Amino acid sequence: MAPPADAVLQLETVRLTALYGPRAVVKDVSLMFPKHSVSAVIGPSGCGKSTFLRCLNRMHELSEGGWVTGRVLLDGADIYDERVDPVQLRRRIGMVFQRPTPFPTMSIYDNVAAGLRVNGSRGRGELDEAVERALRQAALWDEVQDRLRHSALALSGGQQQRLCIARALAPQPEVLLLDEPTASLDPSGTQRIEDLCHELKLAYTIVIVTHNLQQAARVSDYTAFFFLGELVEVARTEDLFTKPAREQTEAYITGRFG
Amino acid sequence: MTGLVAVLSFTAVLALVLILADLIAKGASSLDWSFFTKNPVAAGATGGGVANAIVGTGIIVGLAALIGLPVGIGTGLYLAEYGSGRLGWIVRFVADVLNGTPSIVIGIFAWTWLVKPMGHFSALAGSVALAALMIPMIARTTEEMVRLVPHSLREAALALGYARWRTSLRIVARTALAGIVTGCLVGIARIAGETAPLIFTALGNLNFTVSVGQPMQTLSLQIYQYASGPFDEWHRLAWAAALVLMGLVLLLAVGARWAIRQRHGAAR
Repeated sequence: MAPPADAVLQLETVRLTALYGPRAVVKDVSLMFPKHSVSAVIGPSGCGKSTFLRCLNRMHELSEGGWVTGRVLLDGADIYDERVDPVQLRRRIGMVFQRPTPFPTMSIYDNVAAGLRVNGSRGRGELDEAVERALRQAALWDEVQDRLRHSALALSGGQQQRLCIARALAPQPEVLLLDEPTASLDPSGTQRIEDLCHELKLAYTIVIVTHNLQQAARVSDYTAFFFLGELVEVARTEDLFTKPAREQTEAYITGRFG
Repeated sequence: MTGLVAVLSFTAVLALVLILADLIAKGASSLDWSFFTKNPVAAGATGGGVANAIVGTGIIVGLAALIGLPVGIGTGLYLAEYGSGRLGWIVRFVADVLNGTPSIVIGIFAWTWLVKPMGHFSALAGSVALAALMIPMIARTTEEMVRLVPHSLREAALALGYARWRTSLRIVARTALAGIVTGCLVGIARIAGETAPLIFTALGNLNFTVSVGQPMQTLSLQIYQYASGPFDEWHRLAWAAALVLMGLVLLLAVGARWAIRQRHGAAR
């Protein structure tokens, strides 16, 4: 693939293979994610795109039988190095899932603060500031500022998802992984998340998995197309959608399969 | 079909209503101040109360809960979160067998292991026997409740940089808390009325004592002794004690319902 020569790499996979027991579901994928860009991973269901994403913060190895070969470099250092503590690592790489997952026993405030508290106690003022900053970044502050102590479950689905984004942003990670973040949202909720991607990439490096091609075209700078666990093609998004190099890619984006 | 089900459920409710009505009819008149504050008087004499049994029930059941709840909840958490392997299978199997063990058998074991080596009956031995009854019950309900917590919540916590143990305690157990509390209340209600395992352990005591190293009276033992005794006065007190015990269990059941409602309220 061809990120511009002056782009700084934040994250890179080198011959990454993800397996469940003996079965490889992501095969030999080498990808580069430039700093402060949005990269979309697209492909039909079961193509390994979610598993690939889960390798980037070492969540895959928590699944039964999950393991990987190859390397994932965050700022040039391999996150699968034995000296890396996966728990610490996940504080540097935020993740948002398909369905909103607010912690049901916690208030809106405590949900956002959860990832900060786990990093060690902080002063009250510092915590308040960080929570407000994260909620503003997730474009949720105006809607919840006067009910921070209420249960997070009182929010709508779209608000809950933005709360989860705020929760992931609060510890100020370097990379944000979004696993089909709008799959369970209505169109207006979807649009708000997409708008957010544009704003958030000024501060974060974003990788978004989606099976919505229009979404990939709208939000991303680079798009990678996966099929049957393999990386078929990766390019600047406008190039991939207007002049795909591979026939498989063209067939998929024109809707002939998948 | 609906009619049949209605008749059957009416029968179940009827049993409870009849028992309660009978208890109130025969026991309520004896519930006065001295019943709650006085200790038993000499056999055959009138008057006296069951203060010793009420306090004894509180101490023995409280001590049993103190031993049983942490062990039971911990075991349940372990089974739900880490119990997929062989050890988990064994623990689950043992818990199920223990759950089905007649309580009098537990009492005999407590006698063999505690009363005999110590040389005398004691409230402590009774509490241990009741805790042994309670632990498998609490462990299995806790496991069920923890398993109900969606996997996605665990993942969300792990992805946020929570260590596994912290995820189990701070997120999963807390989400399941209302269910766990309900299970505990039901468990306590269940052992509060147990008599058989106490016959060999706490024994019973006509005097007031708060010393857990000594034999101690409970409401269930008192009912057993008074109901099978020859005096009308004893029968009268047994009815009243049964009413008090039943009220206690009902109170715990209502508490459990309330805890469930809290959970459902939080889930909305």
